[in-house]
Amino acid sequence: MRNRIEALSPYVVRAMMIVLMGLLIISALMTVFPFFWSAILSTHSRETIFSTDITLMPGDALAANYAKLLEIMPFWQAMFNSFYVAFLGTTVSLLFCSMGGYAFAVYRFKGKNLLFGVLVGSMMVPPVLSLIPYYLTVKFLGLMDTHVAVWLPFTATPFCIFLVRQYVVASIPRELLESARMDGAGEFTTYWKIALPLMKPVLATVAIVQFVFFWNNFLSPLVVLNSTENYVITLALRSVQNLPNTPWGAVMLGTTISMLPILLFYSVSSKQIISGMTSGAVKG
Amino acid sequence: MTHETPKQGWLARLFNPPRGSAPYLFLMPYIVLFLVFGLFPLLFSIYLSFHIWNPIKGLDSMEYTGFENYVLAWGDPVLWKALYNTVWLAITSGLAQHLVAIPTACVLVALGSRLRHWLTSAYFLPYVTSTVAVSLVFFSMYSPNTGIINKLLIALSESDLFGWAFSWVPDVMPLRWLEDTFLVKPAVAFLVFWKYTGFNIVLYTTGLMTIPRDLYEAARVDGASAFRRFWHISLPLLRPFIFFAVTLTIIGNLQLFEEPFILTRGTGGVGHSAETISMYLFRIGWEYLDMGVASAISWMLFILIGILTAIHFKLFGRQGLGEH
Repeated sequence: MRNRIEALSPYVVRAMMIVLMGLLIISALMTVFPFFWSAILSTHSRETIFSTDITLMPGDALAANYAKLLEIMPFWQAMFNSFYVAFLGTTVSLLFCSMGGYAFAVYRFKGKNLLFGVLVGSMMVPPVLSLIPYYLTVKFLGLMDTHVAVWLPFTATPFCIFLVRQYVVASIPRELLESARMDGAGEFTTYWKIALPLMKPVLATVAIVQFVFFWNNFLSPLVVLNSTENYVITLALRSVQNLPNTPWGAVMLGTTISMLPILLFYSVSSKQIISGMTSGAVKG
Repeated sequence: MTHETPKQGWLARLFNPPRGSAPYLFLMPYIVLFLVFGLFPLLFSIYLSFHIWNPIKGLDSMEYTGFENYVLAWGDPVLWKALYNTVWLAITSGLAQHLVAIPTACVLVALGSRLRHWLTSAYFLPYVTSTVAVSLVFFSMYSPNTGIINKLLIALSESDLFGWAFSWVPDVMPLRWLEDTFLVKPAVAFLVFWKYTGFNIVLYTTGLMTIPRDLYEAARVDGASAFRRFWHISLPLLRPFIFFAVTLTIIGNLQLFEEPFILTRGTGGVGHSAETISMYLFRIGWEYLDMGVASAISWMLFILIGILTAIHFKLFGRQGLGEH
């Protein structure tokens, strides 16, 4: 049997390859279909959505859906809140994670092994386990219903500190940092002026991972934010799911717009995003 | 050059700390955030799991109950239902992900880099987008009367070409994907499969790229068929990657929350048919306001994840890590 397959002419092997390629292309199209579909639905009125025909063409209800969207939720307020949280969270993460990773990579100090063990160990703690403690801490600190509670606790993530540490160990020569110190640069200046510019590639990874995390985050805002004007976009979208006679055109329009920032970003640098989002998995 | 700088202000000292304290200053944000949002709460949740506490009533209302929370959760049939659902979803969607991702990756690496990049980007896309957003899209696609899936099935049953294969469709319409206790789990599993397969494809493609080309060449010269090359070269050398990817899937799938939460509008489905442990925990803690029992459940989930990961390591760990 095996030899018979091998004995098949190269044309047959080629044909099989083309069939496989066709399958892959079809499954790729099916994978992106829901995105296309939510965009299409957002241009359709209730009547055309409810009709039995399938239409892949855009409808003419975009303006009406937009008006409805603004009516059912403070859409742009929520988008702004998400941007605010994701931007602040990512920026502060860059600072905290680069500082932490740098310290682990460059210095010898008392308790380093213990701290590093804790760092690696805390990467193993499943997020669900920390949900209740997180909520309680936020409550104790009086941070309920504030945005700080949604971004600050996630800015010094063990995973990102670990990534920076690995990068600095592998790619920044110690001699360079030593010579900067010899020239009289202080510890912070050495980090800020010499090391940080050299960390750009790993900082890009940290920024991608953190921005995507903050933008898509749902669980922590769900337990912490409770007034509508503080809602981030994921919460706002979910809140209209239980409206009677859900206006699907409007909801899909909101969903589509909420995905656009990431989709646009992805369309220009998918390679970097893919390698960033899998960096821990692939290198670890 | 002297480092003697007399009388520095605290700000200058903070920005130019002596070498000995510099690492601690650099690590301060991590240490503080870890203590406040990591260690303390974790210990507190152990403490809490042995107490009755309604967070609305303040700290004074806390009462020690021993193991009662654990006993209470253990005796609740819904917990077992949720446990069954979680494991069902984890296995079904997890198996499907890896069984599809490995062969796909094998074909992908044989393609030209341009086509490979385009396809990979398409497969990976669901992974970077918000779970809430894509779950809402699926929610509308699963809708019984207006959803594209049911519309498509009806159209297929009416078409001349495929009508014979879909003649059962009119009898069962409208299919209530998310309200039928039998259909809801596969519907959730499909969304999970759709969302995470691309991630695994990328992992496996990376893994396959590390296998030296000449191994395949040598096998080809020896007359090994494509299937045998896959079975005897790709698969064994991919083992560490499979091991790692499956570990991630186990840990991730057992905590499944957002997909079933959105698809069932936060209800867990008719008769808890798609309620996962995380959703159960959320309901107990935030709807029934019983943080003690919720903490107990979270520790039970933690132990479950630990046990299943340990079994996975025990069964496949040595081969998985290449017996190094």
